[in-house]
Amino acid sequence: MQINFEDERPIFMQIAEGIEDAILTGAFAEEEQIPSITELSVNYKINPATALKGIAILVDEGIIFKKRGIGMFVAQGSVLKLRNKRKELFYEHYIKRLIEEAKKLGITTAEILDMVERGYEE
Amino acid sequence: MNGIEVNNITKRFGDTLALNQVSLKFEPNKIYGLLGRNGAGKSTLLNIITNRLFPDEGDIKIEGLASVENDEAQKKVYLMSEKNLYPDSMSCREVFKWSLMFYPNFDLEYAKELAKQFGLDINKKVKTLSTGFSSIFKIVIALSVNTPYVLFDEPVLGLDANHREMFYKLLIKKYSHSPFTAIISTHLIEEVAMILENVMIIKNGDLLINESCETLLKSGYSVSGTAKQIDDFILDKEVISIDALGGLKTATIIGAVDKSTLPLGIEMTGLDLQKFFIKLTNEE
Repeated sequence: MQINFEDERPIFMQIAEGIEDAILTGAFAEEEQIPSITELSVNYKINPATALKGIAILVDEGIIFKKRGIGMFVAQGSVLKLRNKRKELFYEHYIKRLIEEAKKLGITTAEILDMVERGYEE
Repeated sequence: MNGIEVNNITKRFGDTLALNQVSLKFEPNKIYGLLGRNGAGKSTLLNIITNRLFPDEGDIKIEGLASVENDEAQKKVYLMSEKNLYPDSMSCREVFKWSLMFYPNFDLEYAKELAKQFGLDINKKVKTLSTGFSSIFKIVIALSVNTPYVLFDEPVLGLDANHREMFYKLLIKKYSHSPFTAIISTHLIEEVAMILENVMIIKNGDLLINESCETLLKSGYSVSGTAKQIDDFILDKEVISIDALGGLKTATIIGAVDKSTLPLGIEMTGLDLQKFFIKLTNEE
Protein backbone atom coordinates (compact mmCIF):
# COMPACT_ATOMS: atom_id res chain seq x y z
CA MET A 1 0.00 0.00 0.00
CA GLN A 2 1.36 3.35 -1.06
CA ILE A 3 0.33 6.78 0.08
CA ASN A 4 1.16 9.41 -2.45
CA PHE A 5 0.81 13.12 -2.17
CA GLU A 6 0.83 13.72 -5.87
CA ASP A 7 -2.17 11.50 -6.21
CA GLU A 8 -5.25 13.63 -6.85
CA ARG A 9 -7.26 11.56 -4.36
CA PRO A 10 -7.36 12.77 -0.77
CA ILE A 11 -5.14 10.82 1.62
CA PHE A 12 -8.03 9.31 3.59
CA MET A 13 -9.39 7.83 0.33
CA GLN A 14 -5.98 6.38 -0.43
CA ILE A 15 -5.94 4.74 2.99
CA ALA A 16 -9.41 3.27 2.48
CA GLU A 17 -8.52 1.97 -0.99
CA GLY A 18 -5.19 0.62 0.23
CA ILE A 19 -6.96 -1.47 2.84
CA GLU A 20 -9.55 -2.59 0.28
CA ASP A 21 -6.69 -3.78 -1.93
CA ALA A 22 -5.15 -5.69 0.97
CA ILE A 23 -8.50 -7.40 1.61
CA LEU A 24 -8.96 -8.24 -2.07
CA THR A 25 -5.51 -9.78 -2.37
CA GLY A 26 -5.99 -11.71 0.85
CA ALA A 27 -3.26 -9.87 2.74
CA PHE A 28 -5.97 -9.04 5.28
CA ALA A 29 -8.27 -12.07 5.44
CA GLU A 30 -11.93 -11.99 6.48
CA GLU A 31 -12.43 -12.20 10.24
CA GLU A 32 -8.78 -11.20 10.74
CA GLN A 33 -7.52 -8.17 12.60
CA ILE A 34 -6.13 -5.23 10.64
CA PRO A 35 -3.50 -2.72 11.87
CA SER A 36 -4.67 -0.12 14.40
CA ILE A 37 -5.11 3.56 13.63
CA THR A 38 -1.83 4.25 15.42
CA GLU A 39 0.03 1.61 13.43
CA LEU A 40 -1.39 2.91 10.17
CA SER A 41 -0.62 6.55 10.93
CA VAL A 42 2.90 5.90 12.19
CA ASN A 43 3.69 3.64 9.28
CA TYR A 44 2.49 6.07 6.64
CA LYS A 45 3.41 9.20 8.59
CA ILE A 46 -0.08 10.64 8.40
CA ASN A 47 -2.29 12.38 10.92
CA PRO A 48 -4.27 9.82 12.96
CA ALA A 49 -7.46 11.80 12.21
CA THR A 50 -6.84 11.16 8.50
CA ALA A 51 -6.36 7.43 9.05
CA LEU A 52 -9.51 7.37 11.15
CA LYS A 53 -11.46 9.07 8.38
CA GLY A 54 -10.31 6.45 5.88
CA ILE A 55 -11.24 3.60 8.20
CA ALA A 56 -14.62 5.21 8.92
CA ILE A 57 -15.56 4.83 5.24
CA LEU A 58 -14.91 1.10 5.43
CA VAL A 59 -16.77 0.78 8.72
CA ASP A 60 -19.78 2.57 7.18
CA GLU A 61 -19.74 0.20 4.23
CA GLY A 62 -19.61 -2.79 6.55
CA ILE A 63 -16.21 -3.90 5.27
CA ILE A 64 -14.48 -3.38 8.60
CA PHE A 65 -15.98 -3.78 12.04
CA LYS A 66 -14.69 -2.73 15.43
CA LYS A 67 -14.46 -4.85 18.53
CA ARG A 68 -14.37 -2.55 21.48
CA GLY A 69 -11.05 -2.61 23.27
CA ILE A 70 -9.60 -5.22 20.92
CA GLY A 71 -9.26 -3.69 17.50
CA MET A 72 -10.59 -3.67 13.96
CA PHE A 73 -11.45 -6.71 11.87
CA VAL A 74 -12.35 -7.56 8.30
CA ALA A 75 -16.05 -8.43 8.11
CA GLN A 76 -17.26 -11.70 6.67
CA GLY A 77 -18.34 -11.34 3.04
CA SER A 78 -16.10 -8.31 2.50
CA VAL A 79 -14.22 -9.79 -0.42
CA LEU A 80 -17.40 -10.40 -2.39
CA LYS A 81 -18.73 -6.97 -1.50
CA LEU A 82 -15.51 -5.29 -2.61
CA ARG A 83 -15.30 -7.29 -5.83
CA ASN A 84 -18.74 -6.12 -6.84
CA LYS A 85 -17.91 -2.53 -5.98
CA ARG A 86 -14.61 -2.63 -7.86
CA LYS A 87 -16.13 -4.28 -10.92
CA GLU A 88 -18.43 -1.33 -11.31
CA LEU A 89 -15.42 0.99 -11.27
CA PHE A 90 -13.34 -1.20 -13.56
CA TYR A 91 -14.57 0.31 -16.80
CA GLU A 92 -14.25 3.84 -15.51
CA HIS A 93 -10.78 3.41 -14.02
CA TYR A 94 -9.04 0.99 -16.32
CA ILE A 95 -10.77 0.43 -19.65
CA LYS A 96 -11.18 4.11 -20.43
CA ARG A 97 -7.55 4.79 -19.61
CA LEU A 98 -6.39 1.74 -21.54
CA ILE A 99 -8.18 2.92 -24.66
CA GLU A 100 -6.87 6.44 -24.23
CA GLU A 101 -3.28 5.17 -24.09
CA ALA A 102 -3.90 2.72 -26.96
CA LYS A 103 -5.12 5.57 -29.16
CA LYS A 104 -1.99 7.55 -28.35
CA LEU A 105 0.12 4.61 -29.47
CA GLY A 106 -2.05 3.65 -32.43
CA ILE A 107 -2.94 0.23 -31.04
CA THR A 108 -6.01 -1.34 -32.65
CA THR A 109 -8.87 -3.11 -30.83
CA ALA A 110 -7.68 -6.46 -32.19
CA GLU A 111 -4.18 -5.83 -30.90
CA ILE A 112 -5.54 -4.96 -27.46
CA LEU A 113 -7.58 -8.17 -27.35
CA ASP A 114 -4.48 -10.16 -28.33
CA MET A 115 -2.55 -8.55 -25.50
CA VAL A 116 -5.33 -9.24 -23.01
CA GLU A 117 -5.28 -12.91 -24.01
CA ARG A 118 -1.53 -13.01 -23.72
CA GLY A 119 -1.75 -11.39 -20.29
CA TYR A 120 -4.18 -14.03 -19.06
CA GLU A 121 -1.99 -16.84 -20.39
CA GLU A 122 1.22 -15.64 -18.77
CA MET B 1 -12.21 28.14 27.21
CA ASN B 2 -10.01 25.47 25.67
CA GLY B 3 -7.07 25.95 23.37
CA ILE B 4 -4.70 28.84 22.79
CA GLU B 5 -6.31 32.03 21.55
CA VAL B 6 -4.16 34.61 19.85
CA ASN B 7 -5.97 37.93 19.63
CA ASN B 8 -4.76 40.75 17.39
CA ILE B 9 -1.09 40.36 18.15
CA THR B 10 1.19 43.05 16.75
CA LYS B 11 4.94 43.07 17.33
CA ARG B 12 7.51 45.52 16.01
CA PHE B 13 11.29 45.32 16.13
CA GLY B 14 12.32 48.90 15.39
CA ASP B 15 10.93 49.64 11.93
CA THR B 16 10.19 46.01 11.18
CA LEU B 17 6.65 44.81 11.62
CA ALA B 18 7.23 41.22 12.75
CA LEU B 19 3.58 40.39 13.36
CA ASN B 20 0.67 42.41 12.06
CA GLN B 21 -2.62 41.99 13.97
CA VAL B 22 -2.45 38.23 13.93
CA SER B 23 -5.48 36.42 15.32
CA LEU B 24 -5.80 32.66 15.36
CA LYS B 25 -6.78 29.77 17.52
CA PHE B 26 -5.05 26.52 18.35
CA GLU B 27 -7.62 23.95 19.38
CA PRO B 28 -6.82 21.15 21.82
CA ASN B 29 -5.38 17.89 20.55
CA LYS B 30 -4.67 18.88 16.98
CA ILE B 31 -1.43 19.01 15.02
CA TYR B 32 -0.78 22.40 13.46
CA GLY B 33 1.76 23.51 10.92
CA LEU B 34 3.01 27.07 11.18
CA LEU B 35 4.58 27.76 7.83
CA GLY B 36 6.45 30.69 6.43
CA ARG B 37 9.79 31.68 5.00
CA ASN B 38 12.71 32.65 7.20
CA GLY B 39 11.86 35.85 9.05
CA ALA B 40 8.12 35.59 8.38
CA GLY B 41 7.29 35.87 12.08
CA LYS B 42 6.82 32.21 13.06
CA SER B 43 9.34 32.18 15.89
CA THR B 44 8.20 35.58 17.09
CA LEU B 45 4.68 34.24 17.53
CA LEU B 46 5.86 31.14 19.39
CA ASN B 47 8.10 33.27 21.59
CA ILE B 48 5.20 35.60 22.41
CA ILE B 49 2.96 32.67 23.37
CA THR B 50 5.64 31.48 25.80
CA ASN B 51 6.53 34.91 27.31
CA ARG B 52 10.01 35.09 25.81
CA LEU B 53 8.85 38.15 23.93
CA PHE B 54 6.00 40.51 24.68
CA PRO B 55 3.60 41.91 22.09
CA ASP B 56 3.11 45.62 21.38
CA GLU B 57 -0.60 45.04 20.97
CA GLY B 58 -3.03 42.22 21.50
CA ASP B 59 -3.20 39.39 24.00
CA ILE B 60 -3.03 35.64 24.24
CA LYS B 61 -5.15 33.30 26.31
CA ILE B 62 -4.08 29.78 27.19
CA GLU B 63 -7.14 27.76 28.16
CA GLY B 64 -8.80 31.01 29.10
CA LEU B 65 -5.89 32.27 31.20
CA ALA B 66 -3.90 35.37 30.31
CA SER B 67 -0.50 34.24 29.03
CA VAL B 68 1.64 37.12 30.30
CA GLU B 69 3.55 36.52 33.55
CA ASN B 70 1.18 33.70 34.45
CA ASP B 71 2.77 30.47 35.64
CA GLU B 72 -0.57 28.69 35.71
CA ALA B 73 -0.96 29.32 31.98
CA GLN B 74 2.70 28.86 31.04
CA LYS B 75 3.12 25.46 32.64
CA LYS B 76 0.64 24.09 30.08
CA VAL B 77 2.99 25.02 27.25
CA TYR B 78 6.43 23.85 26.22
CA LEU B 79 8.47 25.54 23.52
CA MET B 80 11.24 23.64 21.78
CA SER B 81 13.07 26.68 20.48
CA GLU B 82 15.57 26.99 17.70
CA LYS B 83 17.99 28.63 20.10
CA ASN B 84 19.59 26.55 22.78
CA LEU B 85 18.85 28.15 26.12
CA TYR B 86 20.39 25.51 28.37
CA PRO B 87 23.59 26.30 30.25
CA ASP B 88 26.61 25.15 28.22
CA SER B 89 28.22 23.32 31.10
CA MET B 90 25.24 21.03 31.72
CA SER B 91 25.11 17.49 30.45
CA CYS B 92 21.96 16.25 28.69
CA ARG B 93 21.27 14.01 31.67
CA GLU B 94 21.31 17.02 34.00
CA VAL B 95 18.96 18.98 31.75
CA PHE B 96 16.56 16.03 31.86
CA LYS B 97 16.60 16.18 35.65
CA TRP B 98 15.98 19.92 35.64
CA SER B 99 13.13 19.49 33.16
CA LEU B 100 11.45 17.24 35.71
CA MET B 101 11.63 20.08 38.26
CA PHE B 102 9.86 22.52 35.94
CA TYR B 103 7.51 20.11 34.24
CA PRO B 104 6.20 17.58 36.78
CA ASN B 105 4.83 15.31 34.06
CA PHE B 106 8.20 15.04 32.31
CA ASP B 107 8.75 11.33 31.65
CA LEU B 108 12.41 10.71 32.46
CA GLU B 109 12.37 7.03 31.50
CA TYR B 110 10.76 7.79 28.15
CA ALA B 111 13.32 10.55 27.50
CA LYS B 112 16.18 8.13 28.18
CA GLU B 113 14.57 5.56 25.91
CA LEU B 114 14.18 8.11 23.11
CA ALA B 115 17.78 9.29 23.51
CA LYS B 116 18.88 5.70 23.09
CA GLN B 117 16.77 5.24 19.98
CA PHE B 118 18.30 8.35 18.43
CA GLY B 119 21.80 7.39 19.50
CA LEU B 120 22.18 10.47 21.70
CA ASP B 121 24.80 10.11 24.45
CA ILE B 122 23.14 11.85 27.39
CA ASN B 123 26.40 12.14 29.30
CA LYS B 124 27.62 14.65 26.75
CA LYS B 125 27.57 18.34 27.57
CA VAL B 126 24.89 20.29 25.75
CA LYS B 127 27.43 22.65 24.18
CA THR B 128 29.42 19.83 22.61
CA LEU B 129 26.45 18.51 20.61
CA SER B 130 26.48 18.89 16.82
CA THR B 131 23.64 20.86 15.17
CA GLY B 132 21.79 17.61 14.44
CA PHE B 133 22.17 16.14 17.91
CA SER B 134 21.33 19.48 19.47
CA SER B 135 17.99 19.27 17.63
CA ILE B 136 17.57 15.64 18.69
CA PHE B 137 18.27 16.56 22.31
CA LYS B 138 15.56 19.22 22.19
CA ILE B 139 13.14 16.88 20.39
CA VAL B 140 13.63 14.27 23.12
CA ILE B 141 12.68 16.79 25.80
CA ALA B 142 9.71 18.12 23.81
CA LEU B 143 8.33 14.60 23.31
CA SER B 144 8.79 13.69 26.97
CA VAL B 145 7.52 16.85 28.62
CA ASN B 146 3.81 15.92 28.53
CA THR B 147 2.34 19.42 28.56
CA PRO B 148 -1.01 19.87 26.76
CA TYR B 149 0.64 22.22 24.24
CA VAL B 150 4.03 21.56 22.68
CA LEU B 151 5.52 24.11 20.28
CA PHE B 152 8.24 22.89 17.93
CA ASP B 153 10.29 25.66 16.32
CA GLU B 154 12.12 24.22 13.30
CA PRO B 155 12.40 20.80 14.95
CA VAL B 156 14.24 19.00 12.15
CA LEU B 157 17.01 21.55 11.74
CA GLY B 158 20.23 19.73 10.84
CA LEU B 159 18.64 16.29 11.11
CA ASP B 160 19.47 13.70 8.47
CA ALA B 161 16.72 11.88 6.58
CA ASN B 162 16.67 8.90 8.99
CA HIS B 163 16.38 11.06 12.06
CA ARG B 164 13.69 13.23 10.49
CA GLU B 165 11.67 10.13 9.71
CA MET B 166 12.16 8.92 13.28
CA PHE B 167 10.98 12.23 14.66
CA TYR B 168 7.80 12.29 12.57
CA LYS B 169 6.96 8.70 13.49
CA LEU B 170 7.63 9.24 17.20
CA LEU B 171 5.52 12.38 17.15
CA ILE B 172 2.57 10.53 15.59
CA LYS B 173 2.95 7.61 17.99
CA LYS B 174 3.06 9.91 20.99
CA TYR B 175 0.12 11.96 19.72
CA SER B 176 -1.84 8.82 18.97
CA HIS B 177 -1.35 7.35 22.44
CA SER B 178 -1.90 10.55 24.39
CA PRO B 179 -3.21 13.40 22.22
CA PHE B 180 -1.86 16.89 22.76
CA THR B 181 -1.65 20.07 20.73
CA ALA B 182 1.47 20.15 18.59
CA ILE B 183 2.45 23.29 16.72
CA ILE B 184 5.26 22.72 14.27
CA SER B 185 6.92 25.71 12.68
CA THR B 186 8.81 24.84 9.53
CA HIS B 187 9.48 25.82 5.95
CA LEU B 188 9.59 22.20 4.79
CA ILE B 189 5.92 21.97 3.92
CA GLU B 190 6.04 18.86 1.76
CA GLU B 191 7.59 16.81 4.51
CA VAL B 192 5.06 17.54 7.24
CA ALA B 193 1.88 18.13 5.28
CA MET B 194 0.48 14.63 5.75
CA ILE B 195 0.94 14.86 9.51
CA LEU B 196 -0.80 18.20 9.89
CA GLU B 197 -4.46 18.68 10.52
CA ASN B 198 -4.37 22.44 10.06
CA VAL B 199 -2.03 24.73 8.21
CA MET B 200 -1.26 28.35 8.98
CA ILE B 201 0.91 30.31 6.59
CA ILE B 202 2.55 33.58 7.67
CA LYS B 203 4.16 36.06 5.32
CA ASN B 204 5.89 39.22 6.50
CA GLY B 205 3.96 39.18 9.75
CA ASP B 206 0.56 38.63 8.14
CA LEU B 207 -1.50 35.48 8.52
CA LEU B 208 -2.28 34.47 4.92
CA ILE B 209 -3.83 31.04 5.29
CA ASN B 210 -5.53 29.30 8.19
CA GLU B 211 -7.10 26.17 6.80
CA SER B 212 -7.45 22.46 7.32
CA CYS B 213 -4.78 20.60 5.40
CA GLU B 214 -7.39 18.63 3.52
CA THR B 215 -9.13 21.79 2.31
CA LEU B 216 -5.81 23.28 1.30
CA LEU B 217 -4.89 20.24 -0.77
CA LYS B 218 -8.26 20.43 -2.46
CA SER B 219 -7.81 24.09 -3.33
CA GLY B 220 -5.82 23.36 -6.45
CA TYR B 221 -4.33 20.77 -8.76
CA SER B 222 -1.66 20.25 -11.39
CA VAL B 223 -2.11 19.26 -15.00
CA SER B 224 0.43 18.15 -17.55
CA GLY B 225 0.29 17.51 -21.27
CA THR B 226 1.52 18.99 -24.52
CA ALA B 227 2.15 22.73 -24.51
CA LYS B 228 -0.83 23.33 -26.81
CA GLN B 229 -3.20 21.26 -24.67
CA ILE B 230 -2.13 22.98 -21.47
CA ASP B 231 -2.22 26.47 -22.98
CA ASP B 232 -5.81 25.90 -24.12
CA PHE B 233 -6.85 24.32 -20.86
CA ILE B 234 -5.53 27.05 -18.57
CA LEU B 235 -6.97 29.99 -20.54
CA ASP B 236 -9.80 30.69 -18.10
CA LYS B 237 -8.05 29.45 -14.98
CA GLU B 238 -5.96 30.86 -12.16
CA VAL B 239 -2.48 29.54 -12.78
CA ILE B 240 0.23 29.87 -10.14
CA SER B 241 3.10 28.21 -11.95
CA ILE B 242 4.05 26.76 -15.31
CA ASP B 243 6.98 24.49 -16.04
CA ALA B 244 7.84 23.78 -19.65
CA LEU B 245 10.08 20.98 -20.80
CA GLY B 246 10.45 20.86 -24.55
CA GLY B 247 6.93 20.55 -25.93
CA LEU B 248 5.49 19.47 -22.60
CA LYS B 249 3.99 21.67 -19.96
CA THR B 250 2.91 21.29 -16.36
CA ALA B 251 0.68 23.92 -14.79
CA THR B 252 -0.38 24.34 -11.19
CA ILE B 253 -3.89 25.72 -10.95
CA ILE B 254 -5.94 27.15 -8.11
CA GLY B 255 -9.62 26.34 -8.05
CA ALA B 256 -11.91 23.35 -8.09
CA VAL B 257 -11.56 20.82 -10.85
CA ASP B 258 -14.35 19.34 -12.89
CA LYS B 259 -12.87 16.07 -14.03
CA SER B 260 -15.47 15.58 -16.74
CA THR B 261 -14.17 18.67 -18.54
CA LEU B 262 -10.61 17.40 -18.50
CA PRO B 263 -9.55 16.88 -22.14
CA LEU B 264 -8.17 13.51 -23.14
CA GLY B 265 -4.43 13.32 -22.89
CA ILE B 266 -4.09 15.77 -20.03
CA GLU B 267 -2.88 14.17 -16.84
CA MET B 268 -4.01 15.50 -13.53
CA THR B 269 -2.24 15.23 -10.17
CA GLY B 270 -2.85 16.73 -6.74
CA LEU B 271 -1.77 20.23 -5.77
CA ASP B 272 1.98 20.65 -5.50
CA LEU B 273 2.13 22.15 -2.01
CA GLN B 274 5.70 23.29 -2.29
CA LYS B 275 4.94 25.28 -5.48
CA PHE B 276 1.79 26.68 -3.90
CA PHE B 277 3.77 27.72 -0.85
CA ILE B 278 6.58 29.32 -2.88
CA LYS B 279 4.12 31.25 -5.02
CA LEU B 280 2.17 32.40 -1.99
CA THR B 281 5.17 33.54 0.02
CA ASN B 282 7.21 35.01 -2.80
CA GLU B 283 8.10 38.67 -2.66
CA GLU B 284 6.31 40.51 -5.44
